[in-house]
Amino acid sequence: MAKEKAIIRSDISRFRWTLLEMKKNWVGYLMVMPFFLLFFIFTVVPVVLSIMLSFTTFNMLELPQFVQMDNYIRLILDDDIFLIAIKNTMIFAAITGPGSYLLSLFFAWFINELRPKIRAIVTLFFYAPSISGNIYLIFTILFNGDQYGIVNAYAMKFGFISKPILFFADKNWIPTLVIVVALWTSLGSSFLMFIAGFQGINQELYEAGAVDGVRNRWQELWFITLPTMRPQLMLGAILAITQSFGFGAVITALAGFPSPDYCAHTIMHHLEDYGGTRFEMGYASAIATILFFMMIGANLLVNKVLRKVGS
Amino acid sequence: MDIKTIIDKYKAYRDKRIAKKGPNTFKRSVTRSAGGDVGIFIILGIVAVIMVLPMVYAIVQSLKPLDELWVFPPRFFVVNPTLKNFTDLFRLMGSSWVPFSRYIFNTVLISVVGTLGNVIFSSYAAYAIAKIKFPGRKFLFSIIVYSLMFNATVTSITNFITMSLLGWVDTYLAIIVPAFCTTFGLYLMKQFMETNVTDAVLESARLEGANENLIFWKIAMPMVKPAWITLLMLSFQGLWNTGANMYIYSEQLKTFNYAISQIVTAGVARWNSSRRGWTQWW
Repeated sequence: MAKEKAIIRSDISRFRWTLLEMKKNWVGYLMVMPFFLLFFIFTVVPVVLSIMLSFTTFNMLELPQFVQMDNYIRLILDDDIFLIAIKNTMIFAAITGPGSYLLSLFFAWFINELRPKIRAIVTLFFYAPSISGNIYLIFTILFNGDQYGIVNAYAMKFGFISKPILFFADKNWIPTLVIVVALWTSLGSSFLMFIAGFQGINQELYEAGAVDGVRNRWQELWFITLPTMRPQLMLGAILAITQSFGFGAVITALAGFPSPDYCAHTIMHHLEDYGGTRFEMGYASAIATILFFMMIGANLLVNKVLRKVGS
Repeated sequence: MDIKTIIDKYKAYRDKRIAKKGPNTFKRSVTRSAGGDVGIFIILGIVAVIMVLPMVYAIVQSLKPLDELWVFPPRFFVVNPTLKNFTDLFRLMGSSWVPFSRYIFNTVLISVVGTLGNVIFSSYAAYAIAKIKFPGRKFLFSIIVYSLMFNATVTSITNFITMSLLGWVDTYLAIIVPAFCTTFGLYLMKQFMETNVTDAVLESARLEGANENLIFWKIAMPMVKPAWITLLMLSFQGLWNTGANMYIYSEQLKTFNYAISQIVTAGVARWNSSRRGWTQWW
């Protein structure tokens, strides 16, 4: 140990320092290898290839042809529907992203106040909507467009409306309903992660905090809990971003695809349209790349906000 | 009974329990006002009902005989509950040429193997990234973060080519192996390794001569138990919901979820059987 300590960083060049560190910590490479080998094959390589494809036209039959920035130019200048999609995606993301994040955080916090046995049951209640892959389809029955739909039936019975509302065909209703359903299902992985995070906090910190003058639960949350959980908060934010920008399946299931008047058409739908239906893979890749950079931008913004937590 | 009496009663109850079992019974009661506690209980209660109601409705629907499903005005609750939908589902499943049990076996196999692999691979990598100071770990981690944000529709072509090069098309491997390296798994484990595992403990273990593998299993993993339990649950549940997959053609290799979705799409004639199907797999 003493001999190793003798070499300090300023003695040798940066390159040799790195080599030495690499040699000393070779176990680290061994441990990450299985994961990253698979990760490169199944994620990194495909992502890099599709960014490259976004500069080509590719219909999956002929070889890709390089067209420079044409796809991007066409997207922004010629594609009206894409602009609608961007607008809708931004609106959905701006509401469901922070919405689901705060819901997850606060309900996890509330639930953490309960005693362990009750906590397990309540957690299950809250998590239940996310467990089943497409249980949200039950909303198509609740909000069915004819008089057999529960909501229509009761609204008519009590005289709020005189004839059934076609909830999922009316462009005034679709965006609202879709957001409600999305929030309903949003207590998912970040919610569970927050609950695990609250449990992992060292209880001594709270005792120390009480001595130092923390007087109520809000102060405790802001000055002790949240700063300790910052890594989990970051992950929660990234999950919220990917979820809220990549929001497509729920809308398709509820409002159909394409939705009436494109009122709930998101970038995801546009992507499905060109990638899955028209097989214009170059164009679809360009859409995916734009979405990718939008998410990175949102992530940088969120990180800036999260740095202020606890100060 | 107004809210004030409820709060007072709760406060008396809380004080009694604290007197009986010591101050740890209700966590840190210094910082907790009784009114706030009651408020939280009420909010939790209301929202829990909102969360669960649609699910209850799904279960109730599955118990309704066909004539009650189409009654007007629709009733929330069932008058003559029946299990006919359930038996129908099994009969229907039994009549397909691939036995029903095969679908279940496929789902269980994929979920169990995929989940175990995911937890182990992710935890190893997460431990190394969080706790072993090897050069390049920050770079690897930033790749992970950004790849979470790329859409899967366009990467699927490349993935399909990879799968066929590996000869994995139409095998379990095509579903199971990619499940080993989920970004979410690594990210989750890494964040918890950072907050929950203290460096001092690791250092002393290293000085005692323990190798990293031993430290990982004996020290790090017990300290992040909430994290890997969460990952276990989420990963299992995700794989359990595996539906139709572009890599799988053979009917014998398809999953339970796929079989159910076939029935759901079969239309109104099987309306209530399919409702039963939904209820079943969560």
